Amino acid sequence: MLELDGVSKVYRVGTFGGKELRAVSNVSFRVGDGEVVSLIGESGSGKSTLGKLILCLISTSSGRIVFNGADVSTLKGGALKEYRRKVQGVFQDPFSCYNPIFKADRVLKIIRHEFFPGTRDADWNNKVNSSLEAVGLKPEHVLDKFPHQLSGGQLQRLLIARALLLDIRFLVADEIISMLDASTRIDVLNLLADLKSRGLAILFITHDLSLGYYISEKSVILYRGCVVEMGSSERLYHHPLHPYTRVLMASVPRLDRKWGADHAAAELPEERAALSAGCVYFPRCPVPTGDGSCAQGTPALLEVEPDHWVACCKANQT
Amino acid sequence: MSLRVENLSVYYQTLRGDVRALEGASFTLADGEVMGLAGESGCGKTTLGNSLIRLVPPMRFVAGSVQLDGRELPIQDTERMNPFRFKRVSIIPQCAMCALNPTRKIGKMISELLESRKVSFKEALPELKRRLDLAELSHDVLNRYPIELSGGMKQRMVMVLSTLLNPSLLIADEVTSALDVSTQKAVAQMLVGFRDREFVKSIIFITHDMSILYQIADSILVMYAGKLAEKAPTDAIIHAPRHPYSRLLISSLPKVGAKYSEKRLAGIPGNPPLLLDPPAGCRFRERCPVAFERCLEAPPFREVEPGHFVACWKEFGTHA
Repeated sequence: MLELDGVSKVYRVGTFGGKELRAVSNVSFRVGDGEVVSLIGESGSGKSTLGKLILCLISTSSGRIVFNGADVSTLKGGALKEYRRKVQGVFQDPFSCYNPIFKADRVLKIIRHEFFPGTRDADWNNKVNSSLEAVGLKPEHVLDKFPHQLSGGQLQRLLIARALLLDIRFLVADEIISMLDASTRIDVLNLLADLKSRGLAILFITHDLSLGYYISEKSVILYRGCVVEMGSSERLYHHPLHPYTRVLMASVPRLDRKWGADHAAAELPEERAALSAGCVYFPRCPVPTGDGSCAQGTPALLEVEPDHWVACCKANQT
Repeated sequence: MSLRVENLSVYYQTLRGDVRALEGASFTLADGEVMGLAGESGCGKTTLGNSLIRLVPPMRFVAGSVQLDGRELPIQDTERMNPFRFKRVSIIPQCAMCALNPTRKIGKMISELLESRKVSFKEALPELKRRLDLAELSHDVLNRYPIELSGGMKQRMVMVLSTLLNPSLLIADEVTSALDVSTQKAVAQMLVGFRDREFVKSIIFITHDMSILYQIADSILVMYAGKLAEKAPTDAIIHAPRHPYSRLLISSLPKVGAKYSEKRLAGIPGNPPLLLDPPAGCRFRERCPVAFERCLEAPPFREVEPGHFVACWKEFGTHA
C-alpha cells in the first residue's frame, strides 16, 4: 500500500546554506496491508526524517512516496487532508505533544473540529469511547484530565486513540515506547500487535533491535541515511550479512547472553567518516574487502536470498 | 566494605507535604563492586544517587547514616561534604552531555575544576592524557568546545573527568541511556575497565535497563516506589528473582529472538503509588499478584540467602 521509491532528503546546512547534508539517500522499500515494518538505526541515521517524509511534514528532495497508487508529494489542500485521514503518526515524547494549559482530551476535540465537524454529540462520544477502548483506556480515567494527571503510558495510548479516530490505514510509530517504563512499554507494544491484526500497517521506528524483532515481520536497517540491509526479520536476526548489522546484533544487551570479550569501538571522529566516497560504512567497517572496492562507489542493494537484501561489496561478491 | 548505607531516608519538601522518595534504604557495597540500581522512573534511584553526594533542598535528610571506607560520610552537611566530593565520591550526572560548560574549552574547564579542589592542573595533565587514551579520545579535545564533540564523546569526556582524582565511589546515573547500542556497549565496558584499573573502587550504576546491568554489574539492587525491593548478585536477580516486582519486571522484557506471535509478553498492570502520601504496608501491594493480608504491614529488607536481600513477606517463609 505504501511504497518508497528512491527517496532522498537533502538539507542545506552551514552559513547561508552552503553545505549539503544528505539525511536520507535513495531509500526504497514497501509496506503492505497489515504489515509491520521496523526501521532500525542509530541516532542521525535518518529514520525519523523518513517518518516525517511519509507523513508529508517535510518535502522530499527526490524520489517518490506512493500511497495506494497516488504520489503523496503532489498532494495539496483537500487531497492532503484526505491523506492525513488515512496516514497518521505518533511520536517519541508523549509529554510534549500536549499543551499543559489545556485538558489532554483536547487532542481528540481538535480531530472532531477538523475532520468531523458535522457529527452529533452522541455519535462522537461513542466513537471516542470505542477508540479509547481499542487502546485499553477507560474513558473516565483519561477524559477531562490535564496532561500532568496522566502517566506517560496513558498519554501515549491517548495519542494512538487519537489516530484511531480517523479511519487510518497506516501508522508511523516513531520511537513511541522509548520514553516509557519497562512495565508499561510492553502493553503499548502489544497494542500495536492487536492493531496490526485489525489490518493496520505500521512503520515501527526504533533503535532497539529486540523490540523490532518482537513486533515486526520485516526490518530495514539504516546507516547514515542509506539502507544497508533489509528483509524478513527472521532472516535478518538469525543470519545478518552486513557487518554493521552484525555489530548491532553483538552490542544489543541481552538477558540470555553476556557480551563477548571483543572490544567495542567507539564512534569515529567526523573527519574520517567524511573522507569516504564509497560505502557509507567503510570508515568503520571491521572487514572491508581487500581489493578496495569498498572505497569506490556505493554498493547496490542486492537480493542475496529470497526476501533478504544487502548493500555490501563483500556479501555481494560471495 | 567500601560503602555502608544504613536506614537512609530522604524526602522532598513540597508545599503539599513531604514526598517520600527514599525510605529506609540499607545496603552495603563491597570493594570493586559494580552495583546496578534499577527501577522505573520515579522510584527514587536518582534520589539515592544524588543524596550520597549532594543533598540540597528541596531534598531533606530525614534519617540514616552512610559510611565510606570506614569513615562517616556527612551527607546531611553540605559544607562538610566538600572535601569528599570529587576526591572520594564522584558522580556522572544524568545529563552528562550538558554537564560540560559550553563557554569554556574543555581543557580550561578541567583546569578550573581542579584548581577549585586545590589540585594542580599541570601535575594532573600527564594522567589526564593517559586516561584520554584509554577512553579513545584524542588529546586535541582539550582545546575544543563541548559543542564540537558528539554525544558519545562528551559522555566519555565526563567519565574521564569524574574519575580523574580516583574517587572511592562513583555514581553513574543513566550514563548509557541516551546512547546508541554500539556506543552504549563501548561506554559501559570502559566504565568497567576503569574499575578493573582501580581508578574507582566501586560503582553504583543507575539505569532503568536491566539488560545492560546483566552485562556489566556484579550485583543488582531493584527499587520500587522509594523502597528497596531486592538486592542480589546479578545472576540470581536475572535467573531467580524472588520479589514479585523483579519477577514481573524481568519477564516483561522482550528478548532478542522473541516474537509476539510466538510468546506474548505481559506488562505489569496498574501504576506506582504517589509518594506524597504512600499507602501503608508494602508499596507494591496494589499491583502484586500474590499479595495477602500480611502485606498491610511493611516488609523488612531481609537477607534470605547469603548476599540475597529481599523485602517480601512471601519470601521469608514460615519462620518470619
